[in-house]
Amino acid sequence: MNSEATFFMPPAISTYAGDVDQAYYWIYYLSVFLFVAMVGAMFYFVIKYRRKNSLEIPSGPQHSTVLELTWTILPFFLVMAIFLLGFKGYLKMAIAPSNATEIHVTGRQWSWLFTYGNGVESTDQVLHVPKDHPIKMIMTSEDVIHSFYVPAFRIKHDLIPGQYSSLWFEAKEVGKFDLFCAEYCGTSHSNMLGKIEVMEPKAFETWLEHEHEEQNKAVAPEVLGQRLYTKFACVTCHTTDGSPRVGPSFKGAYGRTEKFTDGTSGVVNDNYIRESILQPQAKIVAGFQPVMPTFQGQLKDSDITALIAFIKSVK
Amino acid sequence: MTVTTFDPMHVPTEAQSSPNFLESAHGIKSWIFTLDHKRIGIMYLWSILLSFLFGGIAALLVRLELLTPQKTIMTADQYNQMFTLHGGIMVFLFIIPSIPASLGNFVLPIMLGAKDVAFPRLNLLSYYFWLTGAALILTAICTGGIDTGWTFYTPYSTRTATSVIWMGLGVFVLGFSSIFTGLNFITTIHKLRAPGMSWFRMPLFLWSIYATALIQILATPVLAITLLLLVVERAFGLGIFDPKLGGDPVLFQHFFWFYSHPAVYIMILPGMAIVSELVATFSRRPIFAYKSVAYSSVALAVLGFLVWGHHMFVAGTSEFSTVLFSALTFLVAIPSGVKLFNWLATLYKGSISFESPMLYALAFIFLFTIGGLTGIFLGTLSIDVHLHDTYFVVAHFHYVMMGGTIFAFVGGLHYWWPKMFGRMYNELAAKIAFAFVFVGFNVTFFTQFILGSRGMPRRYYNYPPQFQTLHIISTVGSWIIATGFIMMAIYFLRSLRHGKKAPDNPWGGLTLEWHTHSPPITENFHNTPIITHGAYDYEHPDAKAFILQTQGKI
Repeated sequence: MNSEATFFMPPAISTYAGDVDQAYYWIYYLSVFLFVAMVGAMFYFVIKYRRKNSLEIPSGPQHSTVLELTWTILPFFLVMAIFLLGFKGYLKMAIAPSNATEIHVTGRQWSWLFTYGNGVESTDQVLHVPKDHPIKMIMTSEDVIHSFYVPAFRIKHDLIPGQYSSLWFEAKEVGKFDLFCAEYCGTSHSNMLGKIEVMEPKAFETWLEHEHEEQNKAVAPEVLGQRLYTKFACVTCHTTDGSPRVGPSFKGAYGRTEKFTDGTSGVVNDNYIRESILQPQAKIVAGFQPVMPTFQGQLKDSDITALIAFIKSVK
Repeated sequence: MTVTTFDPMHVPTEAQSSPNFLESAHGIKSWIFTLDHKRIGIMYLWSILLSFLFGGIAALLVRLELLTPQKTIMTADQYNQMFTLHGGIMVFLFIIPSIPASLGNFVLPIMLGAKDVAFPRLNLLSYYFWLTGAALILTAICTGGIDTGWTFYTPYSTRTATSVIWMGLGVFVLGFSSIFTGLNFITTIHKLRAPGMSWFRMPLFLWSIYATALIQILATPVLAITLLLLVVERAFGLGIFDPKLGGDPVLFQHFFWFYSHPAVYIMILPGMAIVSELVATFSRRPIFAYKSVAYSSVALAVLGFLVWGHHMFVAGTSEFSTVLFSALTFLVAIPSGVKLFNWLATLYKGSISFESPMLYALAFIFLFTIGGLTGIFLGTLSIDVHLHDTYFVVAHFHYVMMGGTIFAFVGGLHYWWPKMFGRMYNELAAKIAFAFVFVGFNVTFFTQFILGSRGMPRRYYNYPPQFQTLHIISTVGSWIIATGFIMMAIYFLRSLRHGKKAPDNPWGGLTLEWHTHSPPITENFHNTPIITHGAYDYEHPDAKAFILQTQGKI
């Protein structure tokens, strides 16, 4: 099956993507045919039967039982055939193979967290998966509804707070593919982007073991802080290069005196950072909106200490 | 004395000199306390046109922001508010009331041969509910705006800091305005048909408006309750939809679409209503297979209630219900197709002229065919998983809502404008504006089918650079549409002062509104009409003479 992008569709990387595209193009050509036939008939009639003198009153057939039945019954069978086509494709997507490997995904405003079977957690918004092996994603959200959408895989499913949902896929080619949040989730909805990296199975195993080792090693707090910075996608709103996004940049932030929206001002120190992580609405730097979600309950004290160390290190 | 149809309203001279409804009374009070369905229709018309202007400006700003993949003119929060405003204003303040409450209010009683709607006071109250709803929405905009999207999905809408409560209350009140209009129209059609006007002698406009009214009174209360629950959840922390409070967010989607899918038919059926009138008049033919067109309106109203689940194919409802809703969704294609085929068959052997209202009707057929066929892609389960919440969906519903309903509304406005205001607009300007709107529409929205198929998600402020070329084309298209609408505003407003005086029947129509003066007198008719034949009986021996006489050519 050809995985190249076509005019309408992105590359077809998952095992069922080919079926989706086939159904799409089937309906596409049928639609083009019907459209040309109907609009063609319209143009033909309006030209042929254009009014030639202002007094004419035409006469013609006012109904035809045969015609009416034809264009009621024929479309019925046509659309039912299309329904079955979609149903067949959907069955394939809906039922995960029993040998699928489970990976958990948690959505939150505005980042993705992937948790692998051995406890490894993603740190960079990238989901690593092996080629030619079915993966079942077990999904939930910590705040509002998000949607896991990988155009190249032709798969999408919502992540709903308080519930688990799932989807599965099997990638046929190695490469990096876009992961979008497809359900509107607030300010940085369009920055809730991830990548899916499909790897050779061997390379994937090596990567997973390496990550496992790395993540269990003791590291300096600012190194752990940097990891948390990408893991929780603080980067979506806070850059390290000085350019403001949704929130202020971390560059040179530590130790600076900031004006707040309530008119007061204060120094960005350990306690201010801690407060801003746990109660983001308490003191908002002037010029920014109070849109940051709280990380209460998601970060341990040692994590917060690490993040403070990291922010301190961004000069 | 009575008049039978095809006796034009040329009645004794003293009656003829009685002033038309616009001149029968003067001053602001004569408008704000009026019970005349025509005046209420016109107040609605200006109000919804103003809403259309605001919704349109929001759309242009959204498109402008999307010119570049990063920030162009506004921040992410402003963008989120802007697309919410665009959707909210267009759906709740403009499209839902557009055809029924403005044009429908004006022509429905006249088409029936009645003096007014059944409950004139309720009609005026409906308008004031609309105004109150609009004021509440304005309050929401002034007290922090709203950024939930027009769909108010929970739990985002429970938690956002923006003015969801004001907006929710606004839409709640607007719902009552819609229910009152529906209730009024159903009663009017049942009780106030002129002698001899059997159901199957009614213009098809009335069948579609009747079907619309049924949905308005049956579905709107569900939206009202849903939004009230949302308001209660936000205001008092009562857990209904937010899982943090013990609620179920998917339940909100069921409730919301239980109204909002039928609401799609509240929007499109009146569009189909107008197209039936336009196709008949400008082809001088009765609508082919009248009864099947009439029944297809009712079928759409019924089926509209059974397909809400297709908005939730990837939202975590059970696979079984997903499959069931997909199958039911496909059934909608059948009555929609029946209408298109019958309109095409009406053109066959007609005498077709191309005044501006007809151009919009033909454009409707063109665009609605695309809108309908792309609906088939979305109903197909495996394809919808990929296309859901992408620009493909955005393009699809704009082809139906704008290419369908708004094109029909604008066509109807051109058709009945001379009747409403007694003036003709500049036909050449109208044709040029049509060309701009039609071309601009396709440039703007056809590109979005391609964007969506390639995976561009909707409601994105920033987007990956590979999508930029198509976004630029779409934005340029929006400027072409705007040019067309600006021209339209100019020639319509100009016509009020400088337009040629309109004859009673400029297009040669046969339905009852063309039997009375332009503009009509307050009572619509000097005498109650008596109906002796079908609505589009062009082959009637008196039809030709009637047309000549009422067009002012004799």
